[in-house]
Amino acid sequence: MFETLSSRLSAAFERLTKRGALTAADVDEALKEVRIALLDADVALPVVKSFLDRVRNQAVGERVLRSVTPGQMVVKIVHDELAATLGGQAAGLRTDGEPPLVYLMVGLQGSGKTTTTAKLGLRLQSQARKKALLASLDVQRPAAQEQLRVLGEQAQVDTLPILAGQMPVDIARRALSVARLKGYDLVLLDTAGRLHVDAGLMAEVAQVRDLAKPAETLLVADALTGQDAVNSAKAFHDRIGLSGIVLTRVDGDGRGGAALSMRAVTGCPIKLIGVGEKLDALEEFDPQRMAGRILGMGDIVALVEKAKATIEEEDAKKLADKVMKGRFDLDDMAQQLAQLRKMGGMDGIMGLLPGVAKAKAQLAQANIDDRMISRQEAIIRSMTRRERRDHRLIDASRRRRIAAGSGTTVADVNRVLKQYLQMSDMMKRASKLGEKGLKRHGLAGILPRPR
Amino acid sequence: MSWLKRLSQGLKRSAGRLGEGIAGIFTQRAVDAATLGELEELLIASDMGVAASGKLRAALAKRRFDQDAGGDAVREALAESIASLLAPCERVLAPDAAARPAVVLVCGVNGTGKTTTIGKLAARWRREGKRVTLAACDTFRAAAIEQLEVWGRRAEVPVVRGAVGGDAAGIAYEALTAARARGDDILAIDTAGRLQNKAVLMAELEKLPRVLAKLDPAAPHAVLLVLDATVGQNALSQVEVFLQTVKVSGLAMTKLDGTAKGGVLVALAERFGLPVHFIGVGEGIDDLQPFVARDFARALVGLEP
Ligand SMILES: Nc1nc2c(ncn2[C@@H]2O[C@H](COP(=O)(O)OP(=O)(O)OP(=O)(O)O)[C@@H](O)[C@H]2O)c(=O)[nH]1
Ligand SMILES: Nc1nc2c(ncn2[C@@H]2O[C@H](COP(=O)(O)OP(=O)(O)OP(=O)(O)O)[C@@H](O)[C@H]2O)c(=O)[nH]1
Ligand SMILES: [Mg+2]
Ligand SMILES: [Mg+2]
Repeated sequence: MFETLSSRLSAAFERLTKRGALTAADVDEALKEVRIALLDADVALPVVKSFLDRVRNQAVGERVLRSVTPGQMVVKIVHDELAATLGGQAAGLRTDGEPPLVYLMVGLQGSGKTTTTAKLGLRLQSQARKKALLASLDVQRPAAQEQLRVLGEQAQVDTLPILAGQMPVDIARRALSVARLKGYDLVLLDTAGRLHVDAGLMAEVAQVRDLAKPAETLLVADALTGQDAVNSAKAFHDRIGLSGIVLTRVDGDGRGGAALSMRAVTGCPIKLIGVGEKLDALEEFDPQRMAGRILGMGDIVALVEKAKATIEEEDAKKLADKVMKGRFDLDDMAQQLAQLRKMGGMDGIMGLLPGVAKAKAQLAQANIDDRMISRQEAIIRSMTRRERRDHRLIDASRRRRIAAGSGTTVADVNRVLKQYLQMSDMMKRASKLGEKGLKRHGLAGILPRPR
Repeated sequence: MSWLKRLSQGLKRSAGRLGEGIAGIFTQRAVDAATLGELEELLIASDMGVAASGKLRAALAKRRFDQDAGGDAVREALAESIASLLAPCERVLAPDAAARPAVVLVCGVNGTGKTTTIGKLAARWRREGKRVTLAACDTFRAAAIEQLEVWGRRAEVPVVRGAVGGDAAGIAYEALTAARARGDDILAIDTAGRLQNKAVLMAELEKLPRVLAKLDPAAPHAVLLVLDATVGQNALSQVEVFLQTVKVSGLAMTKLDGTAKGGVLVALAERFGLPVHFIGVGEGIDDLQPFVARDFARALVGLEP
């Protein structure tokens, strides 16, 4: 799924070849594909629309980094806006205030409320050292209260003793008084699953809210939810007033677009995510990671960021001039290697160039890895300036000296020289391709063809 | 209340908005590309997915409408297209009447409504005069066994259970042995919810049919995958993987009493063509309806049955 999305997007982006600032036409073209990607990821349609409007405004006129394609630039802008919409910084739970603090858990049927209640009790009791009491107000689902009791036992968190026949509001009242009497810091109220269109049950939980005055009212929602996420989240927020969202089943392989939908329509932060059925499977929400997951293009984003930080436009220009003139010495090679390393190695630089997959295969065949890059740099550093300018000076005895100086072997030195020759050969080929061709074919166009 | 009425009532809330939207679009304008685009968006908003919505739009674009064709004519046409896509999926779940018992394995991701649906099914089969046994093979989820036992009491059918944390396949084997000895008509097996990307859990599920087949090579006679109507495009992956793992023979979709429209069924029909046996329209024991393509399609676009 990610793979196809990625390739579809890059296909659209390769069509954007113009340099300089992004034009409205460029951006619209790219965003057509982003729209489909977001819908495929289950972001609700109205949210997709307003989101893309915002991105369009930001992207048009944005300058394209020299080393990335306009399409990659758009991805980065989309990603950043996605992460910003999802919440910028991770938001914590409110733990201050007069004890007992009440957390009220609400949501649709089967979303994971009861499980999350127990997870949260465990987390707060063990990490925040809060003495927690769990209480189930679910008188609807068969064995719901028993379920929470068992989970409490597993988590070693106390649960309110079950009194058959008691109604939700009364259970809440009892939970509060027990908590006050016995000195609990926290009361977690698990409620029955309910549809947001069920006026009766919504009124009931509003009543519980009025009674318990929760410090947190958390909507527990399934990460696999589709377009309906906007309807349910908005209705819960409007009727009950949410302070946050807990997203469950993030351990599934859904793209999680519901996170964006719910965040956008409620404005509430996503505070935690459920990543499994076990009671310790509760994690902090990370907007950056979620943005990457929804968009499915985390690699490109990271590469654009790296490019921003490391590519000196001057250097790039100088090198391009040299390549064009067919002059490329060992100093240039060392510089290239250093940049490679700074950018996170071969995988890093290749993401910046089109035709990545092909180049990757070739490099794998050529056995180039990052450790090798450091070794090669050491070898070049052990050469004299004159040697670096003119490789022809490096005879057998110089090779032995260089090997000793760099802690490598003569065979290693020979290999570097051979690679240098190959590279300058490539550069010559590149200069024949011309600047346009170089950009179009990228690394794949200049790498030696595998024999 | 007739089941037809119940179905349309169950779907009314969700369909209402879609219907209103369509009426809004078409009463004011003739059917042009922009209108078709808006209509397509309404389909997308029902979880039909970009691809399936696009196809329906294309089908609709080919049809001729009067210059002043109202929303109803277009809606009728749209409902027709959806109904014809879904029609092959409209098949009743008819457990092999000759088998003693016919084994129905129920599976799906967490919290979709498997246990509840089994309870409703048991009651339904009992009404039809069938002898039914339930097997509590979810030994993992807290109080899952107790939950099924409550449903067993409601439907007045026996429940075979094992120890908490016990081997699901062992309990299934035991339940089939017991149901056989009693000469039951149907054995329904409740399984733990599992996400389809969890290989270990899927391997556990795969074991069930193998163990059952030792007693009856034809078992399980039916494998029901339960989907939640609120689910988005992940349903495609759910069906694909469960189908691979346990040869799903049919689907049930729950929670259609909310505002979720369950449009992904259309995409599923296109891709897998599996029967859709039932829809769930509430938490009560009677809130289970046979799936009827035409009614579903019409209700989806806000038309009366
Ligand atoms: N894989 C996975 N499963 C989860 C997660 N959270 C909950 N579940 C499972 O989802 C199912 C439903 O969870 P419950 O906690 O019973 O859901 P609920 O919202 O209390 O359900 P109702 O009370 O019936 O509305 C169970 O099988 C849980 O084990 C999660 O983060 N990941
Ligand atoms: N509104 C509504 N709720 C339903 C429907 N079917 C099931 N539910 C509710 O959904 C929740 C989960 O149902 P279960 O039957 O426990 O789901 P499950 O698939 O067995 O869950 P796990 O065993 O935990 O994976 C319960 O609160 C049910 O009452 C339906 O058709 N409509
Ligand atoms: Mg619950
Ligand atoms: Mg269950």
